[in-house]
Amino acid sequence: MSTRRLVLTRSAALIGAASSGLLLPQIVRAQSDKLRVGFMLPYTGNFAPLGVAIENGFRMALNEQGGKLGGREVEFFKVDDESNPAKGIENAQRLVQRDKVDVLVGTVHSGVQMGIHKVARESGVLNLIPNAGVHIATRAQCAPNVFRTSFTNSQPTLALGKAMVADGRKKAVWITWSYAAGDEAFEGFEQSYTAAGGTIMKKLSLPFPNLEFQALLTEIASLKPDAVACFFAGPGAAKFMRDYAAAGLNKTIPLYGSGFLTEGVLDAAGDAANGVITTMHYGDSLDTPVNRRFRLEYAKAFKLQPDVYAVQGYDTGLLLIRGANAVKGDLSNKKALYAAMEGAVIDSPRGKWTMSKAHNPVQDIYLRKVEGKQNKVVGVAQKAVADSGAGCKLS
Amino acid sequence: MDFANFLIQLLNSLQYGLLLFMLAAGLTLIFGIMGVVNLAHGSFYMLGAYLAWALAARFGNLPLAIVVGSALAVGFGWLLEWLLFRHFYHRDHLDQVLLTFGLIYIFEEMRSILWGDDVHAVAVPEAVSGSIALTDNLSYPVYRLVVSAVCIALALGLYGLISRTRLGMKIRAGAFNREMTEALGINIRLIHGVVFALGVALAAIAGMVAAPLSSVYPGMGSSVLIMCFVVVVIGGIGSVRGALVAALLVGLVDTFGKVLLPQIAGMAVYMLMAAVLLYKPEGLFKQ
Repeated sequence: MSTRRLVLTRSAALIGAASSGLLLPQIVRAQSDKLRVGFMLPYTGNFAPLGVAIENGFRMALNEQGGKLGGREVEFFKVDDESNPAKGIENAQRLVQRDKVDVLVGTVHSGVQMGIHKVARESGVLNLIPNAGVHIATRAQCAPNVFRTSFTNSQPTLALGKAMVADGRKKAVWITWSYAAGDEAFEGFEQSYTAAGGTIMKKLSLPFPNLEFQALLTEIASLKPDAVACFFAGPGAAKFMRDYAAAGLNKTIPLYGSGFLTEGVLDAAGDAANGVITTMHYGDSLDTPVNRRFRLEYAKAFKLQPDVYAVQGYDTGLLLIRGANAVKGDLSNKKALYAAMEGAVIDSPRGKWTMSKAHNPVQDIYLRKVEGKQNKVVGVAQKAVADSGAGCKLS
Repeated sequence: MDFANFLIQLLNSLQYGLLLFMLAAGLTLIFGIMGVVNLAHGSFYMLGAYLAWALAARFGNLPLAIVVGSALAVGFGWLLEWLLFRHFYHRDHLDQVLLTFGLIYIFEEMRSILWGDDVHAVAVPEAVSGSIALTDNLSYPVYRLVVSAVCIALALGLYGLISRTRLGMKIRAGAFNREMTEALGINIRLIHGVVFALGVALAAIAGMVAAPLSSVYPGMGSSVLIMCFVVVVIGGIGSVRGALVAALLVGLVDTFGKVLLPQIAGMAVYMLMAAVLLYKPEGLFKQ
């Protein structure tokens, strides 16, 4: 609330300064000297911890540069998007029109992202996506001013199929919620698993966010596959793993999944998660100098252990720094700005990654196994995994 | 689907149905007797689950946590009735909806301040943490059977209370004709307090008993609220017996819908509701 009030008084001051602009032109100029960064992230609700982690990571990247972008001071504006798709467009417009931000950083929820996406495409304002994996933003509706620093929903599962077949699991059952993220994750799994020579015996789904898995677990037991692959996230993921283990299925049918299955829920899942194998673009235990340093500094600065969302926020900051430094803080020089960001190699805690033509990371996907409430990185499932970017006309 | 599988799915649906009944019973009771539409009913389920988690962590004993939690829930329900709800019995349904909708937000915020926004697990008590092998690769957790047993016990208790005891008679009389009941010297305000506290406690107990199965997380109340209303509407608003039949029906349709017709699994329950309302606009068991 206090931030909102602060922004309000600031904009009031700005209007005041503008209306008396003839008298005090230097104040107006001083105000516009700052680069305006808008955070549109969830600060309340289930996704609030993700929003906070992203903002923390972003600020950390900037602070390592003395808190400046291309030599300019930075002023922050914040809007809580509440993960409410119905308010997506309205909230994005508040940042773009009222606060006149130069960069909009957001968001977590794919539905809300589509609202931001519409505003970004219409206004041309630079939009950096720190999480939402909805395909279309970097496929058919890709845009020169929209960059994603996280993943597409099918990217983790694009590396899953090969790893499963390598383990000798040739017949699998797929299970997920029937909603966009689940369908998109299935696309990656289907493509990689069939290409590696695996057979999908059955595709099971239940309505989102239904948590009664029992009927489908019974179905899995009767199908007797070599393995089960899935996409679940959040509290539902913890419950799925617990139910899966309680039904005794984990003893005979190993469970695989997109990495979100085991992010942030390992305490809640307890022993039920042991042995679950997932693929994702990051793992807490990744043993590289960059990651070790990042985790130490983050924990020191925020008194919190960083997670994949903090890494994505950090990388969003790194990417913007690359762009802003290349144009010396003049973000209106769009051609040079975009070119610098497109060509950037980001030395991230997750490993080095580059931008695809459709503005989505080309990155290594790691194979992780849950051991003692931790995602242990077992190895690289697949190097330089790129989303197809199908339908994107940027070049 | 072979016969063994069919039986297992039947067991799944029975177990889900019984849990739904325990959730919906309090809602239908409060509506039937006081005429209050209580949208905050799901929040009581959530508060129950969080209580179970917090108290189990303190005592190291889930059954004890459930007993203490139930007492707290009764007290909380009583307080709420006394503070807020009794002033809304004669108001318009819209006022009641606004009040209880606001309460959802207040309870969510309270939960966030008291217990944070993390997902938590509640351990299944040692004695019932085993499982029974059903087929060569599928086993059934004993705790699920315990939950079903608790639900059946509560359903029987509720039935006995309402139809066999003096208090139950007063409750029924109060629902039937308030003025006449008061004229006979029965303290209807007290009865209302008791019924409301009972309704809150039922939802909270459902949350506490289900906590080890469902884990504990923010917003878990809203996920069950809609299903509760579906059960209450199908069963006939205010009818506890109707809620039982409707809950079992919903469990059956949901379970078999997911397996046999996955494409329409999300709609199956609502189609059942639409069909029932078409032929029996006031639900299966009209009060």
